[in-house]
Amino acid sequence: MEHLQAVILGVPLTLLITFSSLLIGAVGGVPLVLGLRSRQIVLQVICRTLVDLLRGIPAVVWLFVIYFGVSIGAFQFEATTAAIVGLGLVSAAYMAEIYRGGISAVHSGQWEAGSALGVGRWATFSRIIGPQAFRVSVPSMTSYGISLIKDSSLASTIGVTEIVFLTTQDARSNAGGLTVYIIAALVYLALSIPLALLARRVDSVLRKKVSR
Amino acid sequence: MNFLSDWSTWFPTLLDGLSLSLQITAISLIAGLPIGLLLALMASSRLQVVRVTSVALVEIGRGAPTLVVLQLFYFGLPSAGITLSSFVAACVALALTTAAYTSEILRAGLQAVPSGETEACQTLGVSPLDTLRFVILPQGLRIALPALMGFAIIIFQATSLCFTIAVPELLSQAYSIGSSTFNYLSVLALAGLMYAVITIPASWLVGGMEKKMSRHLAHVH
Repeated sequence: MEHLQAVILGVPLTLLITFSSLLIGAVGGVPLVLGLRSRQIVLQVICRTLVDLLRGIPAVVWLFVIYFGVSIGAFQFEATTAAIVGLGLVSAAYMAEIYRGGISAVHSGQWEAGSALGVGRWATFSRIIGPQAFRVSVPSMTSYGISLIKDSSLASTIGVTEIVFLTTQDARSNAGGLTVYIIAALVYLALSIPLALLARRVDSVLRKKVSR
Repeated sequence: MNFLSDWSTWFPTLLDGLSLSLQITAISLIAGLPIGLLLALMASSRLQVVRVTSVALVEIGRGAPTLVVLQLFYFGLPSAGITLSSFVAACVALALTTAAYTSEILRAGLQAVPSGETEACQTLGVSPLDTLRFVILPQGLRIALPALMGFAIIIFQATSLCFTIAVPELLSQAYSIGSSTFNYLSVLALAGLMYAVITIPASWLVGGMEKKMSRHLAHVH
């Protein structure tokens, strides 16, 4: 029981990191996907490189770069902020790829219909293609969000006192041993299962809207 | 170009780390894939006990962060009387993670083989084991291949977590250079590029393979 108490104190920070970086990712993915689909080659290449690097380099390395590497004058990121910024950037790259998939799932005839009716390219995107693409993207976004709960554990490596940090601490000081790690694993399961159920509900509601 | 001379000094050390990361990746995949296949086959067993066991193992393996699994094997197991070296603990933990994740990929691959083929084998009197070995597996594995390679990239990235249990892989080497020179940004940038040099071309390969394998779907809309 005492081990569970030790571990559960980390839940708020785990959730804070997960949701903040998911939000940064969901918002930051939009300009990235616009860049990926841009007709300007320079912009396209910059965004492609950015997305590939963010996804290709392990997230821990990004956290280390931001936490240990970035110091502008006397300014340095605080550990929790560094974790949120790092995971947020990585999420933005993944979200951009998810959005790209969603946009290409909308039939290209709709773009042609838009231009035939004299609707501008931007208006076609923001009023017609975008909303449909978003609905298509929701399942992938939620499953990314669930994996982000687990990825938030990386924050423990830079000293954020979330679940894994407290688990390791308990294992070392209170001889928590095997038990405390199993408890930690179960806590992560307990966090992700409700989210998975919620995701399934949201998806089925959105699906009904599309099929109507 | 001061950082270039730094980089050339650090490069051999980091290369040692990278080779260790690649070794851990290879061992985890070689040890984990057969277990993953076993779990995938168990999931379609006729015995409910076997099915439930497989699903439970897979869900726990995928639901717990890799960091927790790693630390469980390194810091947790000694309390149960089993002490593993950090390298062995890393390989065991990542092999089991591989097993849990790939079992889902393999299951999907095996299910993609039309069930009529199994029925045809039954009708022709081919034994269930031979059906699996000569008919289902060759096709199912081929379907699963791009996803499996994608997972190999993920597990290679996950080896960077092994620095938490003191395995001297790429990130550990970079971090220890950083902490002795205080030049974190530069050395981490080099380490990051070394990861990217492997993962980005590998992901192009996976993308190309996916495209090639879905070629037959191109005309169906």
